[in-house]
This record gives sequence, structure tokens and C-alpha cells, in this order.
Amino acid sequence: MLLEINNISIVYADVIQVLKGVSLNVETHKIVSLLGSNGAGKTTTLKAISGLLKPENGKVTDGSIVYEGNRIDNLSPEEITRKGIIQVLEGRQPFKYLTIEENLRVGTATRWGKPYRKDLEMVYDYFPALLSRRKSLAGYCSGGELQMLVMGRALMAHPRLLLLDEPSLGLAPLVVREIFKIIRRINEEQGTTIVLVEQNSTMALQIAHYGYVMENGKIVMEGTAEDLRKNPDIKEFYLGKGSADALKSYQNVKSYRRRKRWL
Amino acid sequence: MDFFLQLLVNGICIGLIYGISAMGFVMIFKASSVINFAHGELLAIGAFLFLTLVTWAELPVYAAFLLTLVGSFALGFIVERLFLRPLIGEPLIEVIMLTVGLASMFKGIMLFIWGGNLHTFPDFLPETLTLQWGTIHVPPVYVAALIIGLLFLTLFGLFFKYSSQGIFMRSVADNQSAALSLGVHVKRVFALSWGIAALVAAMSGIVLGIMNGINVHELSSIGLKVFPVVILGGLDSIGGAVIGGILIGLLETFTGGYLSTSLKDVLPYIVLVVILLVKPYGLFGLVEIERV
Repeated sequence: MLLEINNISIVYADVIQVLKGVSLNVETHKIVSLLGSNGAGKTTTLKAISGLLKPENGKVTDGSIVYEGNRIDNLSPEEITRKGIIQVLEGRQPFKYLTIEENLRVGTATRWGKPYRKDLEMVYDYFPALLSRRKSLAGYCSGGELQMLVMGRALMAHPRLLLLDEPSLGLAPLVVREIFKIIRRINEEQGTTIVLVEQNSTMALQIAHYGYVMENGKIVMEGTAEDLRKNPDIKEFYLGKGSADALKSYQNVKSYRRRKRWL
Repeated sequence: MDFFLQLLVNGICIGLIYGISAMGFVMIFKASSVINFAHGELLAIGAFLFLTLVTWAELPVYAAFLLTLVGSFALGFIVERLFLRPLIGEPLIEVIMLTVGLASMFKGIMLFIWGGNLHTFPDFLPETLTLQWGTIHVPPVYVAALIIGLLFLTLFGLFFKYSSQGIFMRSVADNQSAALSLGVHVKRVFALSWGIAALVAAMSGIVLGIMNGINVHELSSIGLKVFPVVILGGLDSIGGAVIGGILIGLLETFTGGYLSTSLKDVLPYIVLVVILLVKPYGLFGLVEIERV
């Protein structure tokens, strides 16, 4: 097991409790997907792993996060990134006034001073679109290019655990498919373990091996991607294809009750 | 016409030094959004350090110059470590108040050690450094200012454009949380920017000390000139700081030459007010890249 989260609670600014006893396991070389509606606590979970909670005044108050046998909860992001955990932030966040190539070079911060030419080639190989734009400012690139850029930037750090926060956000369906294909390739070719937070559950469950569903700061369901895809509740609430007779489910009181119980 | 050219050359030389000094100020602001009110004192400390090394320790000028640069870099580094780092995450106004406090502390220490009198450096610049075109006569200090200014500009330009550490510094200025997520040592970047700021301040302190003599009050008030300079150039543009510096330098020498010397020190601040009225982001303030 590469990463084990045992029953963590997270509190922001000493008063706002966001996570209440979340446990999840991530196996080496696997893609684990974290699904859930807005505000369920997916991003917070990722930030707890990568240490980015700390600058936001959040804290793991209970439970433990164990990575390769060592506890990493409440370490600083500088220490955690140097252990090989890199988070790709939600909403892309490029360095706007740096060129594409300079953006990629920032990815080498965890191993400053080591050669990086080969890694640049590797990233350009995964994302050929970046090669032609390498001299232009990131601020002027399209959303799809930026998503490739921030993923490539993370790859430059040689992550062993890559945390992807909503890579499909605001992208055209074709681009989303392309991005997800690349995510799977990275997982297969580099052996990178990936935790994928997504709203686009259909795509996420297609490439993930295992999945967790979060609601209101808790894990409410888990299982292999296949099982989740077949689960009637998931089908209805997340994949948007209820069973044939439940198609008019908006007026279907029964389904509403079922969801209520679920939350 | 000759008089005009003479003023032009002098203005550019002084302005370059202002610009370089302002560059340090902008660097701290860009990296950590802290407005450093102790900038003038850092400038004075550099000048006094150099004075001590040259007159009291009797080191050769080159050694003293290098040692001053190293010493002020270390000073900036230590100041960040001791005073600013504990305040990371606190409201910005507290940090800015801290720099005001640092300014008076430095001033007090300098008055205690060196007193409030006017000191002068021994004359060490060779006469051969003088430039003479027709009737235009550029004294050695100004030539030295020009050389040092251009040299440091190129060095820092290359550092920020090509070196990894320079790119990391720019990434922190650009998007701090993204830099953090990639493992950039943000605190180290803060420390480095303070070190570099103190270093360039010391360098301009030395040059200005040679021009006007060294006095605690005078040098620290010259240091305050970074405000008109950076407001003119844009608070977050390093290139703008340099150009703003040159503009203020020119403005000063032209008012000194054509209007009156007593107006010389006031005019930059009048310009500051006007600029704030018409172009509040400065001439070269960052134009926010917005994707539509």
C-alpha cells in the first residue's frame, strides 16, 4: 500500500470541520478515483495529502496519513513534495508570466540542480501541443494547453504519487478524452500512482481501478471501478443513466428518499 | 546644448543607480507582497560597511566592495530569517509595520556606531575613468555608476531569465500556491529576495555615498526615493523600476540644472502624486493577463 489514510478529520481555522473520519487506501501503480458533489471534501482530502492545507490554515486534527510506512500528516509541502507526492491544483493555475518551458522547469524544484533535458523531452512526448508553444507565455494559452502544461509540470518532478484535482474542469469533451488517455498512459508507462478527483464520473470510472464516493466530508461508498459503474445508485446520481423505468426520476419520490438516506 | 547633454548623462548615471536600488525593493514586493520601509537604511548600512572596510580595516577597494556585497546579502538573509519569517501568514500590515520598526532600529544602530556626521570616502577612483567628449565632462563616479549599473542589470537579467533559482523566484511571484504545490522552497525564495535586495541597496549606497558623502539621514532619505521610482515604473515590474529610476534621475538633474537645486529633492514626489492621479498602476505596472 503506497498511501493509507486512516480516519482523518480536518479542521480549517480551528473551527470549521470539513472532513469527519475519512479513510482511504491507495495501492501502488493504481489509479484511484475520488468522486462526489461540490463541497464533499475531495479537494481538502488531496490537500491534506500534499500538505497544502497548512498555508490555508487547515489542519489534520485526528487520524493519520501514512505514505510508504511514514506518517506525513501536517508536514510542510516542501517536505512532502520531496517524498514524491505532487498535486496538480484545481483550475490549472499556470505561472502566467512565465513561458511554457519555464513553467515546466519550475517542476524540477524538488531536485534542483539535477539535469532536466530528458524530462522536458518526455513531457513534450506526452503533450506534443506544448512543444510548438514552448516560447510563449502561459497566460496566453488555451485551457486544454494549460491543463497539459500543469500536468507536464508535475511530471517534471518525477512524482510517485500524482494527485490530480479535476483535470476535466471546463474543457471540451474531445480534449477531456485526450487528457484522460494521457493520464492512463502516464500511469501505465511511468508506473505513477494517481489519485484522481473528478466531477466527470463517467470518464473517471473508465480509467480508474478503484473508486471512492464522498458526501459531506465522509466516504459513503467504495469499490472497484467496475462495481461502482454497475451500482444503481452511482448510475443514477453520478453517471446520469438511471435504470429504464426510473428515467423520470425527478418526480420519483422513492429515488429522492433513497438519496436522502444515502447522504 | 552642451549643458543639456551634460545633465542628460549625469541624470542617466544617477538614475541607473536609483533604478537598481528600486529593483531590490520591487523584488521583495513581488515575492512576498511586503513593502519594505527599511530600504533606505539598508542602503546606508551598505555605504557605512564599505566605509569601515576601506578606512578602518584598510582593505583594498575591490576586496572591500566584494565583502560589502557579501555582507549585505547575509544581512538581508538574516533579517528575513529573524524578523520576517515568524510573521509569514500574519496580516500584511503587521509585516509592513515591522519594516518601519526595522528602519528606526537600523538608523539607531548606525547613529550609535558612526554618529550623525558627514563622512566621505577616500578618493580611490582613478582619474582615467573620466570621460571627456568635447565640452562634456563626466567625472569618474558617474562613469563607475554607469558601469556598475549596466553590469548588475545584465547579471540580474540573465539570472532571472535563465537560472533555475531565478525561474523559481519568478514562479513564486507569479502564483505562490502553485509554486508551493510543485515543491518550490517559498521561504528560501523570500530569504533570497531579501538578500538580493540588501545587496543591490548596498551597492547603490556606496555609489551615492561617493557622490554626495555619507550621512545616515541623507542616505536613508535617498533610499526613500524608491517610492517615486517604483510608483512611476509600476510596483511589480522590475524592468519598470529601472526605467522609473532613470526617469527620476533625469528629472532631478534637469530641475537641479535649469530650475533650482532646492527643488531637486521635492520634484520626484510631486511627480509621484501626479502619476498616482493619472496612472495608478505606474507606467509599466503589470497588465493582468486575462484569458477571455
